[in-house]
Amino acid sequence: MAKVLMKGNEALAEAAIRAGCRYFFGYPITPQNEIPEYLAKRLPEVGGVFVQAESEIAAINMVYGAAGAGARVMTSSSGPGISLKQEGITYIAGAELPCVIVNIQRGGPGLGGIQPAQSDYFQAVKGGGHGDYKLLVLAPATVQEMVDLMGKAFDLADEYRNPVMILGDGILGQMMEPVELTEQNHTQRTEKPWATTGAKGRSPNVITSLFLDPVELEKHNLHLQTKYDRMSQETLWENYKTKDAELVLVGYGTSARIAKAAVDQAREQGIKAGLFRPISLFPFPKNALQEACKQANHVLTVEMSMGQLVEDVRYNLEFKVPVHLYGRVGGMVPTTRSVLEEVKRWVNSGEGGGNL
Amino acid sequence: MSQEIILAGFGGQGVMSMGQLLAYAGLVEGKQVSWIPSYGPEMRGGTANCSVTISDEEVSSPIIAEPDTLIVLNRPSLEKFEQDVKPGGRLLINSSLIDIEPQRQDLQVLKLPVNELAQEKLGNTRVSNMIILGAFIELTRSVTLESVLGALKKVLPEYRHNLIPLNRRALETGMKVAKTEILHLRSCG
Repeated sequence: MAKVLMKGNEALAEAAIRAGCRYFFGYPITPQNEIPEYLAKRLPEVGGVFVQAESEIAAINMVYGAAGAGARVMTSSSGPGISLKQEGITYIAGAELPCVIVNIQRGGPGLGGIQPAQSDYFQAVKGGGHGDYKLLVLAPATVQEMVDLMGKAFDLADEYRNPVMILGDGILGQMMEPVELTEQNHTQRTEKPWATTGAKGRSPNVITSLFLDPVELEKHNLHLQTKYDRMSQETLWENYKTKDAELVLVGYGTSARIAKAAVDQAREQGIKAGLFRPISLFPFPKNALQEACKQANHVLTVEMSMGQLVEDVRYNLEFKVPVHLYGRVGGMVPTTRSVLEEVKRWVNSGEGGGNL
Repeated sequence: MSQEIILAGFGGQGVMSMGQLLAYAGLVEGKQVSWIPSYGPEMRGGTANCSVTISDEEVSSPIIAEPDTLIVLNRPSLEKFEQDVKPGGRLLINSSLIDIEPQRQDLQVLKLPVNELAQEKLGNTRVSNMIILGAFIELTRSVTLESVLGALKKVLPEYRHNLIPLNRRALETGMKVAKTEILHLRSCG
């Protein structure tokens, strides 16, 4: 199929339809409004259901209900709305139901602003709500990747019976790029014998996150943990010129693209720079990161936050290489030039070292 | 080859659609493109801008800090973006609405009174943006007129295809005026 020019938000929405999503519950917030706008028109055309709920809290609980009934369902929002959804998300994770949640990040904290940010990283990868749970978190960097990861997100959700988050940002949501949408939906269809579809002729299925008996609840938590450990086989990443890199930039989403341009400019000036881009943020591609940083004297994260990804990078490199941060916040976006300045600063600092 | 363009003006002047058309024309030619709008609490009459990259290679960063070309349709846009243009870059000015001179001396500057041109030559000021886009095509040859027309067919819904001839004339007007201006600039040395 020929390529078309589409906004990230719209491409994501169309990809969800093609992945078999037939239920969407949401509440408007910039910069992700094109997702519900698109689905409000498209879902009825394919026999699906679109509901603009009275609040984010209502929306995520509608997702909980639809997921419990075995539907392919998703919701989308941005920072403040995702915060409101946290109660529902932890219930869904606790009840082990599949769904897709999109966060097109904007500047925070609080109401913050509406320009792009990446400051919801911790909230996304560490759980977000109460209790010990994890989401699978995927971070696309192009409009095409937003499309490609959507089908994967639904498959992973079904396979692990777990919410999957697609973590984008205002730029990815708003920008237009050429995109190829596959005609066929290539996603896997998993049987859902656990779904509450009416108990006629079988014993009832129970969907709950309530375990009043501590013995049972501990058992449940241990079971969840095994599942999160098993997810480590789902890591995704991209290496760009890391083989001989003495300085490795690490970034995801929009920041990774800016960092990539900085790598090219650094190479032109004879600096051996490379980029490691985690695509799955949870599970974090630890081994791949260590491999990419083998020759590195310095590692520099580029992110639109005051320093969140940087903590995971330090932890996953086991503090063996100095890891620095270049962050812009509040809707300000790093420029290639400023990233390059940082690269030069660390390369010329003479410090560093350490080997993996 | 890569061409980075910032297009800016008042909301309602067709800045966003001009940028989209340009990106789509690049796509028609099989190039790599990206389009990023300014977004926010914006409205008709407020300022609006978008960034377009057209490249033979993968667009690494779609964020444009230093455009090769700046197209401005109103004065606040010139004041906001002029200092960002790459040294020796190009500046296209809508002189119908911009009554100040650019500060930079190193830029190739093209001034076109597109509102008057649209009214006088085409009897419709709503195609002013297409005149300046025509001038851009003539000046940079980043995309061809045919590609832009091909893109128009894709961007406009079928029932608006009757507007394509008018848009074609507007683009051609811009190209013609730009050609004359460029020759004039060259002869002035």
